[in-house]
Amino acid sequence: MAKLSLSDLHAIREREEKNLRKRDIHGRNVHVVVAMGTSGINAGAKLVLNTLAEEVEKAGLDNVIITQTGSAAPNPEPVVEVFEPKKGLVVYGSVDADTARRIVSEHLADGRILEDKRIELVEKEQ
Amino acid sequence: MGFRNYILVCGGTGCESSRSDQIYHALIDEAAAQGVADQVQVIKTGCFGFCEQGPIVKILPEDSFYVQVKPEDAKELIAEHVIKGREVTRLLYNKTPHKAYEEVEDIQFYQKQMRIVLRNCGSIDPENIDEYIAAGGYKGLEKVLFEMTPDDVISELRTAGLRGRGGAGFPTWMKWNFTKQESNPVKYVVCNADEGDPGAYMDRSTLEGDPHSVLEAMTICGHTVGAHQGFIYIRAEYPLAIHRLEVAMKQAREYGLLGKDILGSGFDYDIEIRLGAGAFVCGEETALLQSIEGHRGMPQPRPPFPASKGLWGKPTVINNVETWANVPEIITRGGEWFASIGTPDSHGTKVFALTGKICNSGLVEVPMGTTLREIVYDIGGGIAHGKKFKAVQTGGPSGGVITEANLDTPIDFGGLQKIGSMMGSGGMIVMDEDDCIVDVAKFYLNFTVDESCGKCAPCRIGGKSLCNILEKITNGNGEEKDLKQIEQIAHAMRIGSLCALGQTAPNPVLSTLRFFPEEYKAHIIDRKCPSGKCKKLISYEINPSKCIGCTACARKCPVGAISGEVKKPHKINGNVCIKCGVCKDTCKFSAIEVH
Repeated sequence: MAKLSLSDLHAIREREEKNLRKRDIHGRNVHVVVAMGTSGINAGAKLVLNTLAEEVEKAGLDNVIITQTGSAAPNPEPVVEVFEPKKGLVVYGSVDADTARRIVSEHLADGRILEDKRIELVEKEQ
Repeated sequence: MGFRNYILVCGGTGCESSRSDQIYHALIDEAAAQGVADQVQVIKTGCFGFCEQGPIVKILPEDSFYVQVKPEDAKELIAEHVIKGREVTRLLYNKTPHKAYEEVEDIQFYQKQMRIVLRNCGSIDPENIDEYIAAGGYKGLEKVLFEMTPDDVISELRTAGLRGRGGAGFPTWMKWNFTKQESNPVKYVVCNADEGDPGAYMDRSTLEGDPHSVLEAMTICGHTVGAHQGFIYIRAEYPLAIHRLEVAMKQAREYGLLGKDILGSGFDYDIEIRLGAGAFVCGEETALLQSIEGHRGMPQPRPPFPASKGLWGKPTVINNVETWANVPEIITRGGEWFASIGTPDSHGTKVFALTGKICNSGLVEVPMGTTLREIVYDIGGGIAHGKKFKAVQTGGPSGGVITEANLDTPIDFGGLQKIGSMMGSGGMIVMDEDDCIVDVAKFYLNFTVDESCGKCAPCRIGGKSLCNILEKITNGNGEEKDLKQIEQIAHAMRIGSLCALGQTAPNPVLSTLRFFPEEYKAHIIDRKCPSGKCKKLISYEINPSKCIGCTACARKCPVGAISGEVKKPHKINGNVCIKCGVCKDTCKFSAIEVH
């Protein structure tokens, strides 16, 4: 009797492929960037980051990369930037966990920008 | 929740010798200490190929390419990159952080490369079979066991046009077909991992980075030709590759991908490792088979070829590591796909170990037909320290040199032969103006003389005689008739030796003589070594108009050959000087000249 049947092999491949695909950066063209400076974390950016990551995973959005960046001050933090090739860059300010969920379900999954949370990015003073 | 960052640490032999194993553990420890162990996965992978800049650490999804990392850097990488999301600029290869949403562009070293053999090296954990399976591994075996007949497999390989990557370039499908047609009920499959060319480490890295690809290919072959036992012949001096192979074989057995009734197909197959002591001649297939059988590794006359009478007299398919690594991809993606890559003469890609006087030494895989210029300048980054290019040695001790004039020749089996070299297994040693061509020829000959098994007189005696002549020339005692004699001995070795080692041993001499006759003549007639390498033919002198009398050289000279008053030009006593070159390296005013 074979140790592993063909369907067992397929099951392993399917399960592991998901994990491996997360490491693949090619073809992942939507970037979500969370500002994680001290002030951002103080304002709750960590929760936002975790919520975004969970929701993206739940929704199975394979083309989204979530990364972090430094402080976004003096903008209203937590700040989340969403970059898509077609829509370009959209910046959200004062994001909380609830907004994070909306970013995933409305903007990333549906293509509707959350106009009520949108801000104009003020460049950091040098 | 899944991991957010993936840290890939190179676990090739090169990087491991620069403490990449410590880096790997330091990163895991730091991630735990800083409370982010659940957010990052640290993975030890195979060779990234960019060995010049090792140890290499790559962090995803940002695709940050960190080079020359030390274990002490682990703390900062976790604290800055993983926790704060800021790249550690000082460790980045190009020293400039990329914008978060910028399209990631491959660094120049990778731009012209195409990875088929090394497809998984540097991206999966070679000690985890699940990652190989996830990357499409064992799909080829699946197809062969359940969807294809053995004849289909042979014809797929024929369409692909895969040729042996060990050097000779024999069509793989023909080898398999010969063995398949034999009626003997016992047949064997052998992997030649006895990589021996100076400077070559393609096979080692493939086994270290993706051992399952070779196991899968050998199993595919076993099913196709009707063999149930495979052997991997690998040199004992490749401990990491052996370890990874052992781990891979254990995991494959646990999953039943090796052993009885593979995947319920009814097909039994297993593989064993045989360690070689590192003799170069054991890379020759008949000598290799002798060695597996427990005899002294000496070549045997062919025919009979191993395909009909090989290991213990049974029909045996023997292929090189790189050839094997191509097979699963060809089966999965089809022969047509493979045939579309490369040149009409040679399909697919070739892995080269780029070493010598080059900026980016490392492992590169390029489509056949890429020119040497692209490899040396675009991928290799040109000659190190701004020196001038002189030649590239390909094909190891059996090959020849390629000069500036032939840099634009597309590299494939036929192309290299036309310009007097050969593909060989893929070692590529770059030489600059400081390398003496006679000295290089002498180096390779010394190598083959050492490694000759001694069976055939033309190789055993001829090699030594050639060596003596070259020694004489580099000592300044050469005569013009020596060149004629070189050609005579070379001819005798070519026709009188049993195996390729003896037949091709004169190649480096003949090829350098063909492309650099003036350099040989300079040694023989002018008694000079133009590149200043042959100690017996050079003298160090101080240019009095440049010397300011700083005494730096006199203080460094190990034999006290330099004398002179402070602030006045110094002098070297030629009778005492041992020509070590320390004075030249020490002088800040380029006052020391080699004549």
